[in-house]
Amino acid sequence: MANENVSVWTSIPFWRRSAAWVTGFATILLIWLSFDTLGQISMNEDIKMNIDGKEVNKRVPGPTVINYKIGYAMSKERGHEVPTIGEKQPFFGKEWSQKEAADLLHLGKLTSQAKNCMNCHTLLGNGAYFAPDLTKAWLDPAWQNGGPLQGMTGKNTVEEAMAEFLQHPSQYPTHARMMPDLGITADEAKGLVAFLKHMSSIDTNGFPRNFSKTVEQFKAGGTNAH
Amino acid sequence: MLTSIKTNKFEGSKTKELAMMYFRVAIILFGAQLLFGLVAAIQFLVPGFLFELLDFSVARTVHINALVVWMLYAMIGSVYFMLDDETEVEGVGIGLGKLAFWILTAAVTVVVLVYILVQVGAGTEASIWFINEGREYIEAPRWADIGIVVVVLVFYWNVFATYLKGKQTGIMTVMVADLLALAGLYMAGMFFTDNISMDQFWWWWVIHLWVEATWEVFVGTLAAFALIKIIGAKREIVEMWLWIEVLMLFGSGILGMGHHYFWIGTPEYWWEIGALFSALEPVPLVAMFVHVLYDWGKEQGIAKAAGKTGSVMNNGPAMAWIVTNAFGNFLGAGIWGFFHTLPQVNIYTHGTQFTAAHGHLAFFGAYATILIGMMYMGVQYAYGIERLRATFKSKMGIFLITFGVLGMGIALTIAGYEQVLVERAELGGGWNAFFAAQELPWYIQSMMWRAIMGVVTFVGFIYLVWDLLTIGAQAKKAQA
Ligand code: HEM
Ligand code: HEM
Ligand SMILES: [Fe+2]
Repeated sequence: MANENVSVWTSIPFWRRSAAWVTGFATILLIWLSFDTLGQISMNEDIKMNIDGKEVNKRVPGPTVINYKIGYAMSKERGHEVPTIGEKQPFFGKEWSQKEAADLLHLGKLTSQAKNCMNCHTLLGNGAYFAPDLTKAWLDPAWQNGGPLQGMTGKNTVEEAMAEFLQHPSQYPTHARMMPDLGITADEAKGLVAFLKHMSSIDTNGFPRNFSKTVEQFKAGGTNAH
Repeated sequence: MLTSIKTNKFEGSKTKELAMMYFRVAIILFGAQLLFGLVAAIQFLVPGFLFELLDFSVARTVHINALVVWMLYAMIGSVYFMLDDETEVEGVGIGLGKLAFWILTAAVTVVVLVYILVQVGAGTEASIWFINEGREYIEAPRWADIGIVVVVLVFYWNVFATYLKGKQTGIMTVMVADLLALAGLYMAGMFFTDNISMDQFWWWWVIHLWVEATWEVFVGTLAAFALIKIIGAKREIVEMWLWIEVLMLFGSGILGMGHHYFWIGTPEYWWEIGALFSALEPVPLVAMFVHVLYDWGKEQGIAKAAGKTGSVMNNGPAMAWIVTNAFGNFLGAGIWGFFHTLPQVNIYTHGTQFTAAHGHLAFFGAYATILIGMMYMGVQYAYGIERLRATFKSKMGIFLITFGVLGMGIALTIAGYEQVLVERAELGGGWNAFFAAQELPWYIQSMMWRAIMGVVTFVGFIYLVWDLLTIGAQAKKAQA
């Protein structure tokens, strides 16, 4: 078969060469695109604002984004919701310097891995499906002022309520399915909240979709969840 | 398999002795995988079950890690199994290979015990190094990552040096190249970053480029080898097909990675690239299915024309698992993968039980099946059986396991639909929407069926192990 050159379609060397070319081409394209993507998703040291009329093309803001109010608003142009970065807002009662914010995010990300959050929750939609997605948890109406999650902790900011819950989750059961106590310290809890706030500011191309609907539902008296 | 556990000495190949050592650990880890999966499935129904003792996250970590590790063990076993047949020489460093096996097995044992007993650590680098890296599928702590790399280097050197020394068939050439890529990719998962988007970007380099590129080519290679061994398929045909499969699998699978870059912070162009290339990924899977059945029919036809009666296969159970693989790969990866691979669909299905349905059907259909088939080839060789016929236990094993996993897949698909419609489309996501969807009877009923089908799978597993332990001796007696 291979020794007689009857047709190229039955020639092993032809298919071998084609396989090598196609694989090589796909790999090079992937690497090239990856360089472009990595540039776009790397973090700035600081958050350069789109306040003063300048769009920041980095899709993942720097750690100091925790000093700002974050929103998630419909963009007509893009056809889906997009994170917005608003005016300054204290985080745990203060403004965090570049270094402090970076250290806090570092602690939070490490803690999220050491406590294995991803094997119950999804982060950016990846992980386990036992507990709610955390991509925009920071923006969830249930954690805002007047929301039941903030209410049950007796705190009056989102960050303090989340930190309190994370330290003693099984003291605040919301459903029969509860989050276990993972031995999270007060500092680690702050770090985790910074990590969650930072994640909510990432431009995820509109995932989760229709999030503002959950906000409306909520204002209209909640869902049929207890 | 049992005799080989006792004596661990074959009259034949030393290389295959090492293969059997890997198969044995693989099947034990498969059992552990199923047990911890059952624990996690029960926790969906009875939330208090083992709460704050062995939480869902722990059960799930062990479930999916045991999955990845047993498959890697069975893959290494399969490579050693085919190595001396393909190259026609004995493996060059089997002594060292055995040492590496014991080191790896000791390390795996420690890692699993730490998962179960220590579970979580403080938010420090030390936890990532010694307890749990907290990244789905590649949770193994960093010390173990480095150990795995060392052991895999020993394995790879063994395979590569034997390949250079012996005959260099097309099958072995693909295998050697594929293993290099497979091992190298693991390193993309071995660093820490504060940037969650960056984290997920590289995480998919390991997960996606494993299961949808290098592992698929690995399976194509195994199937090529097995078809030659079991039904006497012609090498020229099988090898030509293998190169076409490599072309199609890598041609679609490498850029198909884009389907994981829709929503993790990465730019919009991945929508088009991911949609286009991943939509092509089922094509080679159809081709592989057709190839297996076509070759089988053809060899049977030739035998019949030559006036022979009876089947051309010399290993019934192995062939049954390989045909299940050919179809299961197409169904679980191809069909279920295609269902949610376009961004317009994926924005709703992303991170729901639909993903889990696909994960189960694909991992089982594409990998578990053929690796079990390879174990039957191992048993056949270990006992020197000319024709291994399926027993009642073989049939119960394959039927119950396949039926169970299919049942779980369907139950999870229904749960996924419900989540997509209620949690995502109707309520728009978030904490309340999530729990609203989790508490509807439709969802709970699906979870119930998943647990029931999980038990069916486990009963099938018992039959499988029982069969693997007894079929060899039984067939040998019948042969004598
Ligand atoms: C044997 C091959 C395959 C295996 C073992 C496999 C396995 C998996 C697993 C386990 C996940 C979930 C990952 C997680 O935990 O987040 C996943 C996700 C996914 N797979 Fe596959 N897969 C295979 C092939 C395919 C193919 C051929 C396609 C497309 C045609 C596909 C499309 C997808 C998509 C779109 C997702 C993302 C789901 C989401 O957004 O939540 N897969 N796959
Ligand atoms: C006794 C049978 C089994 C049971 C009860 C079971 C149960 C589970 C459960 C509860 C989860 C967690 C899903 C979640 O996060 O919501 C899971 C995940 C998973 N299981 Fe299984 N499982 C079983 C068998 C298998 C088999 C045979 C395979 C593959 C060969 C498998 C592969 C997976 C994978 C890949 C995931 C991760 C899916 C994802 O993240 O999308 N399981 N399983
Ligand atoms: Fe993929």
